[in-house]
Amino acid sequence: MKILKIQLIFQLLLIVSLSAQNYPSGKTILDKVDENMSAKTRIITSRMEIEGARGTRTMESKTWSEGDKRSFTEYLAPAREKGTKMLKLENQLWIFSPATDRTMQISGHALRQSVMGSDMSYEDMMSDTPLLERYKAEVTGSETIDGRKCWIVTLTAIKEDVNYYSQKMWVDAERYVPLKIDLFAKSGKLLKRSTLTDIKKVQGRWFPMVMTYKDMLKEGKGTKMIIANIQFDATISAGIFNKGNLK
Amino acid sequence: MIKFLFKGLLRDKSRSLLPIIVVTIGVTITVFLQSYMNGVFTDSIETTAKFSSGHVKVMTQVYKNNLSQMPNDYAIIGIDETIKKLRSDYPDMSWADRIQFGGLLDAPDSAGLTRSQGNVMGMGIHLLDSNDELKRMDLQSKLLIGRFPTKAGELLITNELFQKMNLKLGDKVTLMSNSMYGEMAMYNFTVCGTLHFGTQALDKGLVVADIADVRMALNMEDAAGEILGFFNDSPYDDSRAVALANEFNAKNSKTDDKFSLAMSPMSGVGGMDFLIAYSENAQSIIILIFVFAMSIVLWNAGLVGGLRRYGEFGLRLAIGENKNEIYRSLVGEALLVGVIGSVFGVVIGLVFSWLMQEYGVDTSGMMQNSNMMMPAVFRSQINSTTYYIGFIPGILSTVIGALLAGIGIYKRQTANLFKELEN
Repeated sequence: MKILKIQLIFQLLLIVSLSAQNYPSGKTILDKVDENMSAKTRIITSRMEIEGARGTRTMESKTWSEGDKRSFTEYLAPAREKGTKMLKLENQLWIFSPATDRTMQISGHALRQSVMGSDMSYEDMMSDTPLLERYKAEVTGSETIDGRKCWIVTLTAIKEDVNYYSQKMWVDAERYVPLKIDLFAKSGKLLKRSTLTDIKKVQGRWFPMVMTYKDMLKEGKGTKMIIANIQFDATISAGIFNKGNLK
Repeated sequence: MIKFLFKGLLRDKSRSLLPIIVVTIGVTITVFLQSYMNGVFTDSIETTAKFSSGHVKVMTQVYKNNLSQMPNDYAIIGIDETIKKLRSDYPDMSWADRIQFGGLLDAPDSAGLTRSQGNVMGMGIHLLDSNDELKRMDLQSKLLIGRFPTKAGELLITNELFQKMNLKLGDKVTLMSNSMYGEMAMYNFTVCGTLHFGTQALDKGLVVADIADVRMALNMEDAAGEILGFFNDSPYDDSRAVALANEFNAKNSKTDDKFSLAMSPMSGVGGMDFLIAYSENAQSIIILIFVFAMSIVLWNAGLVGGLRRYGEFGLRLAIGENKNEIYRSLVGEALLVGVIGSVFGVVIGLVFSWLMQEYGVDTSGMMQNSNMMMPAVFRSQINSTTYYIGFIPGILSTVIGALLAGIGIYKRQTANLFKELEN
């Protein structure tokens, strides 16, 4: 009887240790994701396709960003949006509209509004501090998406001021790029879903060239962001992240 | 018989004056209350209709289903043609296209950067090309300082927001919102006047501009979120509005076309169904309770009147008068008192109601923090019910009171009458 008990405990310990070995830690995965996705600087030229009630709108923009603190976006097309500029410094955001010749600061509740009618809010655009500073990460399983094995990383907020209480991220187990991200409210309601496709190797990093954002509370097919060109760690003039550069 | 009873009542004022006064007061209050309740509820519904819901509202299917979000991406396009058709199909109604929107209002500092901001709810109405909307919404009485827009690019703003944003008349402000196509929309306005509604929900952050400006701002050329319809010849009539909406929807609404037009009666617009049902039922319930209470008071008066004459009935029985005759005369007298009191009560009640209907009571000072869309001046409204409602408690209860009080007459024993009279 005593031998049987010892055997049982041993088997249980073996199962626990084996399962722990199967799943890497959440931190390890997110660190590897950061190695791919984050950079000292990024210059991105992209096209945004927004599915609206009256058809699809396409916008083109160029974004210069430095770490997760500073970014500057200029809209290049269509004509109505051309010349609109956005500047993000830390947690502040300014928008310049050439039609009104005005620079407006966006803050408070206004940050929850959609960016240019897309499925992304200003808050979504601004919150790019490292996930591990805001969430506790845990690998809760694995799944295959589009033929690629993915770790399912569940992120639970450790801070109060997060936009989404929890996130579920499907991370490519080989390339360490998220392929799908579900964003949840505290109630467990699914608020937004991002799917990241067309993964390409750019400057030695795996990076998704197409990202689709879908506000699950809105009708429509969502917003697709297609990256036409991306440069990592390029030199960006310091003057670009200046309010004076908006006009 | 009636003449005899009437003379009796005139000669013995102790048995007629007080009951008539009581009936008159009761009926006066009933008549006044009915007309007052009718006026308050009708005015509240009309105020809401003129301001936001119309007697009927025409929208696209999706706009109608998401009305609270003011989804201008589902606005009606080809608004001029649509209104022209509505005017020709329904000539007994007035139609007004409006745009409701939400956004952010921003005031710049001297460098053109944000000085102050406020979240706003906006309304684009016809202000420059016609005075109809201004009169319909009674905006003249809401203008606190400044003036109405006289040229393009001018904006009215609630006084509360004006002060919160630390603005001055003539200041430039920028509206940031979304266009009909979902684009970011920014548009400059000049503040020309401030409004005060006395309703917290509106005073917190409403802006009103001419619809042409709002169209420019939100890229809504020849479009509007909604078309409000108003009966020219009557206040809101739910059955008429429902019938009209059903007829319109049968012709125009298509389930497979989310941009097809749909008409909603006021009772079909979110929250309004409750207000209308509440107004209809609450008015009846309040009046019923009051009529019941008045009936008990007047019934008591009849009862006391009957009991007070206990001795008189005894004497009349003793000298040989028939019990039935005494009972009939008692009820007859009560009927006369009821009729006379009711007539006086209805006349006096109508006079008070008319005065209240004409002059009203200005409660704007008391309604400053209300969340309901209520008229600033409460008025009575006399309708057909006002003329007869007072007779219900006035006549019925006095007669029932007398009928009950008179039952005692039959219980009197002739043999004991003289003994009772000795006391």
